[in-house]
Amino acid sequence: MEDVLKILEQDSTRSNKNIAGMLGITEEEVATKIAELEKQKVIVGYKTLVNWEKTDREVVDAIIELKITPQRGEGFDKVAERIYKYPQVKTVYLMSGTHDLAVTIEGTTMKEVALFVAEKLAPMDSVISTSTSFVLKKYKQEGIIFEDDEKDTRQVITL
Amino acid sequence: MIDYDKLINSTVSKLTPSGIRKFFDLASHMEDVISLGVGEPDFVTPWPIREAGIYSLEKGRTHYTANAGLSELRAECAAYMKRKYGAEYHPENEILITVGGSEAIDLMIRTIIEPGDEVLIPEPSFVCYKPCTELAGGIPVIIETREEDNFRLLPWQLREKITDRTKLLVLPYPNNPTGAIMSKADLEAIAEVLKDTDIMVLSDEIYGELQYSDEPHVPFSMIDGMWERTVLVNGFSKAFAMTGWRLGYAMGPESIIKMMTKIHQFGIMSSPTTSQYAAIEALKSCDRDVEMMKTEYNYRRRFITDGFRNMGLSCFEPLGAFYVFPSIKSLNMTSDEFCGKLLEEEHVAVIPGTAFGSSGEGFVRCSYAYSVEEIDEALKRIERFVKKYRS
Repeated sequence: MEDVLKILEQDSTRSNKNIAGMLGITEEEVATKIAELEKQKVIVGYKTLVNWEKTDREVVDAIIELKITPQRGEGFDKVAERIYKYPQVKTVYLMSGTHDLAVTIEGTTMKEVALFVAEKLAPMDSVISTSTSFVLKKYKQEGIIFEDDEKDTRQVITL
Repeated sequence: MIDYDKLINSTVSKLTPSGIRKFFDLASHMEDVISLGVGEPDFVTPWPIREAGIYSLEKGRTHYTANAGLSELRAECAAYMKRKYGAEYHPENEILITVGGSEAIDLMIRTIIEPGDEVLIPEPSFVCYKPCTELAGGIPVIIETREEDNFRLLPWQLREKITDRTKLLVLPYPNNPTGAIMSKADLEAIAEVLKDTDIMVLSDEIYGELQYSDEPHVPFSMIDGMWERTVLVNGFSKAFAMTGWRLGYAMGPESIIKMMTKIHQFGIMSSPTTSQYAAIEALKSCDRDVEMMKTEYNYRRRFITDGFRNMGLSCFEPLGAFYVFPSIKSLNMTSDEFCGKLLEEEHVAVIPGTAFGSSGEGFVRCSYAYSVEEIDEALKRIERFVKKYRS
């Protein structure tokens, strides 16, 4: 089970046939396992990692740290929910340390993102403060280095 | 005009060049060649190790080290062997840091072999034991291991070849090119044959960390009574993906290691300093990286073995190193022909089994130090080729 997940986490485009070969099980067994994992929401989705820098599309990412007053009986979950329902919100994490929630937001301009924070997040009752940092360059995401120049340079050798 | 042919040591000129190179030279002139030929990890050395090498340079660690290697590195080697296998070696006088495992092999053979001494070498195996023996004036005595025995060395095969002149047995397991391993019980059976003799053992365990059986790798020196007759060779190239750093080590009885160090100090002086500092980091903190690479190799191992079997080639299950050794006997051509035609027609480079000894006839070596996607494409082409020549 764990092996299937590790392989898919590396590269979700791998075929069931190849995964079966890698694990020494049948294709049907792989398909059943994956279906089960999807049903249990262990596998929550499949996406493609895009380096938008290389395209014409303007993308602005920001990380917003929020201090929150937790609500009686609901803790941070209710506030987190009100935040993660916005489609421009990419991730929401509950954090240890000086802030409570870390939120990443994607927009097309800095102004758009800043206004979203000012108009939607900051005014929420339980939000005490926000701190916005814009992403200037992405070097690595999801364990993948965007400009990786480590190529196969193995030479001819006798062994 | 100097006649170089007369000048050159005849033992050197008679050495047969490795059969591996020929195919690579051909392949280098072709486009879109997929090679399963290279016998080194595709992984780049884990970053903490590289970082430690860089740091040592920044600190100006650019001098020779002690002949036997940095004492801190030898201490780490000893600690690693203890932690990993329970083997005890004293860092001060039972460990020598060498330029790759291959220098250790050469030193060991030169330390004990005199003209006329016989060295037992199981084949198929790595290409250096025979020439090193010949250069020392020794006589290589080949023991042919067989597919039906999973390419293990069997006690009766060993017994048959022992003579009064036998001085050394090479134990190349986990094996390049077959991927064969020797279990503890297999090694015990070999020990039983050796125990009343004075035959020394050169146990080349460079692939020891890359063993995929349920039972872990057992160093030959850990078999009852074998410590005193074993020189164990290992290195950083395979387990830590550090081939280019050229660093290995030999462990064994003080009397032998001392003499090996003597040759090493005249020929090499000391192993590369930057590599030694990097290797300390490797032993200290990279168990997880080794485990990660091993898991990945294991995926590919199953994948490629399965692939060959599915195209109807007999392929014994390799449980060590990163090679498979499928049989091509059903195709009615020699290993050499197979590899030549495969390269020409499908642009896939694999190595004929005969490059590793004549008993490798009928087999080819494929390395799986390549991504699953590359292996997948290579297998598709090989399958097309096999189908064509079978019908």
